Amino acid sequence: MTVPAAAVPLLSVEDLSVEFQTRDGVVRALEDVAFTVARGETVGLVGESGSGKSVSALAILGILHPAARITSGRAVFGGLDLIAASETQREEYRGRELSMIFQNPRTALNPIRTVGRQIEDVLVRHANLGRARVRARALELLAQVQIADPARAWGAYPFELSGGMCQRVMIALAVACSPALLIADEPTTGLDVTTQAAILELIEDLARRSQMATVLITHDLALVGERCDRIVVMHAGHVVETAPTLELFRAPRHPYTARLIASTPRAGARLADLAPIPGGVPDLRGVLPPCRYRLRCERAAPACDEPPLPRQQIARGHLVACRFPS
Amino acid sequence: MIALLRHGRYVVGENPVTGAAFALLLVLLFFALFGVWIAPYDPLATDAAQTLQPPSRAHWFGTDQVGRDVLSRMIVATRLDLVIAVSAVALSFVLGSAAGACAGFFGGWTERLVSRLTDTIMAFPLFVLAMAIVAALGNTVANIVYATAIINLPFYARMARAETNVRRDAGFVEAARLAGNGPGRVLAFHVFPNCLPPMMVQVSLNLGWAILNAAALSFIGLGVRPPTPEWGIMVADGAAFMVSGEWWVSLFPGLALMLAVFCFNLLGDGLRDLIDPRRRT
Amino acid sequence: MSATPLLDVRSLSKRFPVRGTPRAVHAVDDVSFTIASGECVGLVGESGCGKSTIVRLVTRLLDPTGGRIFFAGEDVGSIPAARFAATAARAAIQMVFQDPADSLNPRFTAFDTIAEPLKRLARITARAELDTRVRAAADLVGLPAELLRRFPHQLSGGQQQRVGIARAIAVRPRLLVLDEPTSALDVSVQAVILHVLADLRQRLGMTYLFVSHDLNLVRLLSDRVLVMYLGRIVEAGPVDTVFDRPGHPYTRALISAIPALDPGARRPRVRLAGEPGSPIDPSPTVCRFFGRCPDGHDRCEREMPVLRTTGGDGHQAACHLLDSAIASSPTPSSQRPERESLPVPRGGTS
Repeated sequence: MTVPAAAVPLLSVEDLSVEFQTRDGVVRALEDVAFTVARGETVGLVGESGSGKSVSALAILGILHPAARITSGRAVFGGLDLIAASETQREEYRGRELSMIFQNPRTALNPIRTVGRQIEDVLVRHANLGRARVRARALELLAQVQIADPARAWGAYPFELSGGMCQRVMIALAVACSPALLIADEPTTGLDVTTQAAILELIEDLARRSQMATVLITHDLALVGERCDRIVVMHAGHVVETAPTLELFRAPRHPYTARLIASTPRAGARLADLAPIPGGVPDLRGVLPPCRYRLRCERAAPACDEPPLPRQQIARGHLVACRFPS
Repeated sequence: MIALLRHGRYVVGENPVTGAAFALLLVLLFFALFGVWIAPYDPLATDAAQTLQPPSRAHWFGTDQVGRDVLSRMIVATRLDLVIAVSAVALSFVLGSAAGACAGFFGGWTERLVSRLTDTIMAFPLFVLAMAIVAALGNTVANIVYATAIINLPFYARMARAETNVRRDAGFVEAARLAGNGPGRVLAFHVFPNCLPPMMVQVSLNLGWAILNAAALSFIGLGVRPPTPEWGIMVADGAAFMVSGEWWVSLFPGLALMLAVFCFNLLGDGLRDLIDPRRRT
Repeated sequence: MSATPLLDVRSLSKRFPVRGTPRAVHAVDDVSFTIASGECVGLVGESGCGKSTIVRLVTRLLDPTGGRIFFAGEDVGSIPAARFAATAARAAIQMVFQDPADSLNPRFTAFDTIAEPLKRLARITARAELDTRVRAAADLVGLPAELLRRFPHQLSGGQQQRVGIARAIAVRPRLLVLDEPTSALDVSVQAVILHVLADLRQRLGMTYLFVSHDLNLVRLLSDRVLVMYLGRIVEAGPVDTVFDRPGHPYTRALISAIPALDPGARRPRVRLAGEPGSPIDPSPTVCRFFGRCPDGHDRCEREMPVLRTTGGDGHQAACHLLDSAIASSPTPSSQRPERESLPVPRGGTS
């Protein structure tokens, strides 16, 4: 029985674990993280600070901090395991098949090079175009990301542009070679809400036109609810729930997901409806129970202290890491 | 206070380098305080029959060209050198950082005045300036201290100005104003104490440099007058005899200088850790 | 008959000169509003709209260039900011800051931080009384007493913000300005802090000016809301009215851009063209929103719109298109003259 090609995911992350060596001990930032991204799909990776969502992205791309160690896991992208691959192989993929945009656009761009030159660098490295063609293509890209007056932007330095425009430039850099996957790490945190909507629409539009898959990393649940096909919820380095968007909001199975939804302000809700989550994110150094949500969970039972952390399949595409899903 | 002492013990114990530097400092302080009484010989007593004797059981570090015991002179000199260094740096630090902090916080004419002053001092090669000051005012310990203090002013002024500038717009500064503090109190009690930790490293490096400066001035004859024992003068006296093979006259005081400077340099980080509450766990 | 408002701001403006030129940035331009005692008024707007400047003017950290500020009937705007710390009104107007880590002195313990205004403004020197008052303030915000000995870096973000709130309420101010109090915190902690703030308001009977870019939060806590754009107030009114029936095109665009959790609450997005205009010497006769506005009329270019009533409950918006005489014949968007940026290639207007 042959598996249809469409069923093979574009990116498949399996059992990814990452540790950091710090002065105060070993921080187990990620433990057995797993999720998939299909071709053309938009996946939201959502969690609070310390949940490990950015670390996951950096691990996939191979640009983690030197103090980090990937202790296990695979990230299979188009047949190649990026984690096991050599740096040379990864460099071929980065920027061309797989790219990333970051949170603070102004600091993510090189401050002493003009925007146009930075785009051209990417094109020269990966697209093998001649000098003349490269300039034209750079201007094309700037227009594609809806920058008014691309010629002026081409010669501008990052500090001369607004936050929204810098983010558009970063998107231009990222999509210059039409990658199959774009990872966006908190691309709109810190931007105004109208600019945020415009940027996310731009990414959506570009993704739709070239069948590009997107991973949207954010702490804003409402954002992923609006823009993503599937959502992966993370807590303290674990994936706690994965589900299609509508299903996740309609029937969240993991207690953390339910509380996260309940603590997000929504239109029409009253303050009394806003329920906080007790406790805090656990300290990732030292000994931790198999379920890292255990100490904050209202459904915790002695059975939760026994390893391993279960991963139950509730329905097609809906996974929960809990012994007592609702 | 107790918390500070406890934190001090933690800082010293945590880093072996700081611990070693602190131990060395204690040794230096011991000699500075009690040196006069534990020195085996009178540092000023000459002995014509025992000139330029190599190290022996009687004189552990040998004798110099007029028969004085090198070890005794070295021990007694500790007090003078430390006093010069500490007072010069203290004077420099207090005046320089106060001026720099005011300049950074209030801006305007205060800043212009302080900047021009520091620029003027820095326009001179600093050691030459120190020489000029001592030559003009006379070879006394006090003048050496003043000269060293003056040439170090610009470093503290600039550092304080930069640190104050950075913190001037911080949230807690606005909060201090909301809590009823006038601009003077905000600068003195909120902004300036936060500028101290980075300056502590500068202070300790400066201590080492101040000792070398005093020693250098003495070396060229513009410092402490003979026969007062001081490491720099002793190195100067012994320099003439190095060539003829009497190495001990210069080497041991030189070694003392090196150890003192080394100790202060290593203490820098420890001192910063002691003052900065962010290092407390 | 209405009582004297607690805060009465009239035609407030603040200009910052551009160095080396005679030009000036108009951070706040002709802003007027009132806050009644016990009310919570929200102030929303995007970056560059002037809300941070308003915050600093109202808390008297900055001096206005024009206009008056009345607090409980007293003209506090005329007292220079440098001398305001010595007046009695200083203790009556306090603020909670956006970034808790930045707003706490790293060398002060939580206790010292909360005690500071008590020592300086309430003039409490007796150790015992200071201790009681600090503990009472910590208790009100739900900060455990054993955390009072800690330094800011030893506290979590939520705990730091509680210290900031305790410091602000320790002297029992009448007006508390909240400058984006939860934007630096995680969403679960945010809920806690909002509950604390709502609870305090009830218990201590304080008045709030709640500044935020997050409209959902403003809606949760406020009675009325003010919307600012490029230094001017473009809309004001009861919070539910403004959200459900926005009168100004900018408010409509703002509300449509908020990501909504419920699919049913999502509105069609109103797209704005170009970037916001420059706040340097803007023209006094052209509406600040002209050029980005999806609607438009000749009059928008000739006359600055002022706040006009558009509902019975105090709802006001500054837009010419609310004038029934011209609402029926707006200029088609293709005839809108361009400002500094070229038109966006996509067909994206409204």
